[in-house]
Amino acid sequence: MTAPASPPEVLRAPLVVEFPFTRSLGPVQSAFLTGLREGVVLGVKTSDGTVMVPPVEYDPRTAEEIRELVEVAATGTVTTWAWNGRPRPNQPLDTPFAWVLVKLDGADTALLHALDAPGPESVRTGMRVRVRWAAERTGAITDIACFEPHDGPAAGQAAPHDGNFAEPVTGIVAEARLDYSYSPGRAQTAYISGLSEQKTIGERCPSCHKVYVPPRGACPTCGVATTDQVEVGPAGTVTTYCIVNIKARNLDIEVPYVYAHIALDGAGLALHGRIGGIPYDEVRMGLRVEPVWTEGGRYPDHYRPTGEPDADYDAYKELI
Amino acid sequence: MPRPTVRYARDVAVVAFAQSDHLRRTDELSEVEMVMPVLHQVLAQTGLKAGEIGFTCSGSSDYLAGRAFSFTMTLDGVGAWPPISESHVEMDGAWALYEAWVKIQTGEADTALVYSYGKSSPGSVRDVLTRQLDPYYLAPLWPDSVALAALQAQALIDAGETDEPALAAIGARSRAAAEANPHAQLSGSVPQGDYQVRPLRTGDCPPIGDGAAAVILAAGDTARRLCARPAWITGIDHRIEAHALGLRDLTDSPSTRIAAERAGVFEAPLDTAELHAPFSSQEVVLRKVLGLGDGVAVNPSGGALAANPVMAAGLIRIGEAAARIHRGESDRAVAHATSGPCLQQNLVAVLEGDPA
Repeated sequence: MTAPASPPEVLRAPLVVEFPFTRSLGPVQSAFLTGLREGVVLGVKTSDGTVMVPPVEYDPRTAEEIRELVEVAATGTVTTWAWNGRPRPNQPLDTPFAWVLVKLDGADTALLHALDAPGPESVRTGMRVRVRWAAERTGAITDIACFEPHDGPAAGQAAPHDGNFAEPVTGIVAEARLDYSYSPGRAQTAYISGLSEQKTIGERCPSCHKVYVPPRGACPTCGVATTDQVEVGPAGTVTTYCIVNIKARNLDIEVPYVYAHIALDGAGLALHGRIGGIPYDEVRMGLRVEPVWTEGGRYPDHYRPTGEPDADYDAYKELI
Repeated sequence: MPRPTVRYARDVAVVAFAQSDHLRRTDELSEVEMVMPVLHQVLAQTGLKAGEIGFTCSGSSDYLAGRAFSFTMTLDGVGAWPPISESHVEMDGAWALYEAWVKIQTGEADTALVYSYGKSSPGSVRDVLTRQLDPYYLAPLWPDSVALAALQAQALIDAGETDEPALAAIGARSRAAAEANPHAQLSGSVPQGDYQVRPLRTGDCPPIGDGAAAVILAAGDTARRLCARPAWITGIDHRIEAHALGLRDLTDSPSTRIAAERAGVFEAPLDTAELHAPFSSQEVVLRKVLGLGDGVAVNPSGGALAANPVMAAGLIRIGEAAARIHRGESDRAVAHATSGPCLQQNLVAVLEGDPA
């Protein structure tokens, strides 16, 4: 079946999620990645003599700690492969290449990487390959730029290695960026679209009649859709507040300032906003406020006192 | 009247199942807006209200939509006030079902609502799934989910266990079966298409889309009261492989085999298998490991090659198998769910109906 056409008013915007995780390395991974920087491939030997490359810290069969490092060759044999005709962003090569699992000479397990080859007809399981080192190496799996075809016999056995290098790599930064196209859905689209006309649109639960602002499309008490749209505000009541004394980075607001929960007239719960136009130490519960819009702003910049008498505590105590 | 042998403290059954239509995009719906109708449907099947459910458990992943704590938003669709007993797994909903099943086994609940959902359309799911890989050796290379499945497919071809025409036939059979499934995203005659990552073509890969599913579990007499023919979970188990792909024999799935043994799959004949095999090549592995003969209907729903809402597709396998028992079309079914690359983690459940 085909998707129904999206209503034209549904909003959509780019959303970028980036995370540079800093990760520390244990002794085994540190030796392996430092070794790559130095052009040496290390593995670990388990108690039954199996050589694992890339190395793991614990035997996946016995959970035994493994610390016996060995050096293996930079040549090996492809154990399986897949031709990647359209490389994706961030992958090791930007021209068509083969993904390969390679059992390096001296190892008993296989390493995943890319193989630079002219085409799929030149790749087969069992073919001989060798490491192509990256020009600049930092102590990361990408220090292996890729594998390349190699005509040569298998090298010898794994040799003992003490794993000691000058200036060992002790951590990596795992950078990642994911690009999304975010759509907030029907209810929040209606809310944001209303704001662009300086209106605050809530949604009423058909079952309990509470008005949610901002609406998310469902009543969390009743578990039903809130499709009945109602305009609330513009004025409201401060139900509670705090005084902010720490200046946030990239935020052009002088401290101290007041951040408040504001129950807009007709709303069944409070939203939050900054209070301006009044000294910070004169803000109080029950203060009547109204939104202040800046030119071209898509949401209220802040709320200021309306000058009305304060609301009775009983009028808003359920919304604190 | 004889009934299936249940090996656990309590008899627990799937008594209701509902799923959304699975669509390439659902921009007009937030996650809660997508999930809520499915929750209403599954509750309506039993006549239960949200407040009467003993335990609620959901499965989803923030990475799909790029939103932090997105499962807390979908709880609005459950009606989580006044407070309910609730949990969440950052996995396919089949594992949420396992947690709910354990909760019922402990005697802390008699009923459970299990739901899961995935909105893959906001991002590029092939790239997003690379972030679940080991961050030291794999994630920096960005090997996408299709590439990893293709390595497994080539290993199977090299081992003589399948070939490209046989893989194409799996995709074609799945999408033909999906013609009877109004929720499927892809059905009927779908071209096999070009290589995505050779040897896998478009037709060997799952559609990318958005969807949700929900199941209700109940124990003993409660199950009998809520459902004319409960689908008793007579066995359930899940296992995981070593993480590194190069440590594994990609043509085999020992974790599925062990889970199947523990769940009692091999103790009696099966008539139905709902297998979570997002790639055609993975069905080859699962059929072999589960010992499925020609007499077993494999993925009569169309399976994950017809609709693969990530994080819900495994729960849907359990739901589809249960629904066949509810309808009297199956007496003993196996349902399988997977998570991670190349059948990394596997859950196996045996579902049985009371004999007529």
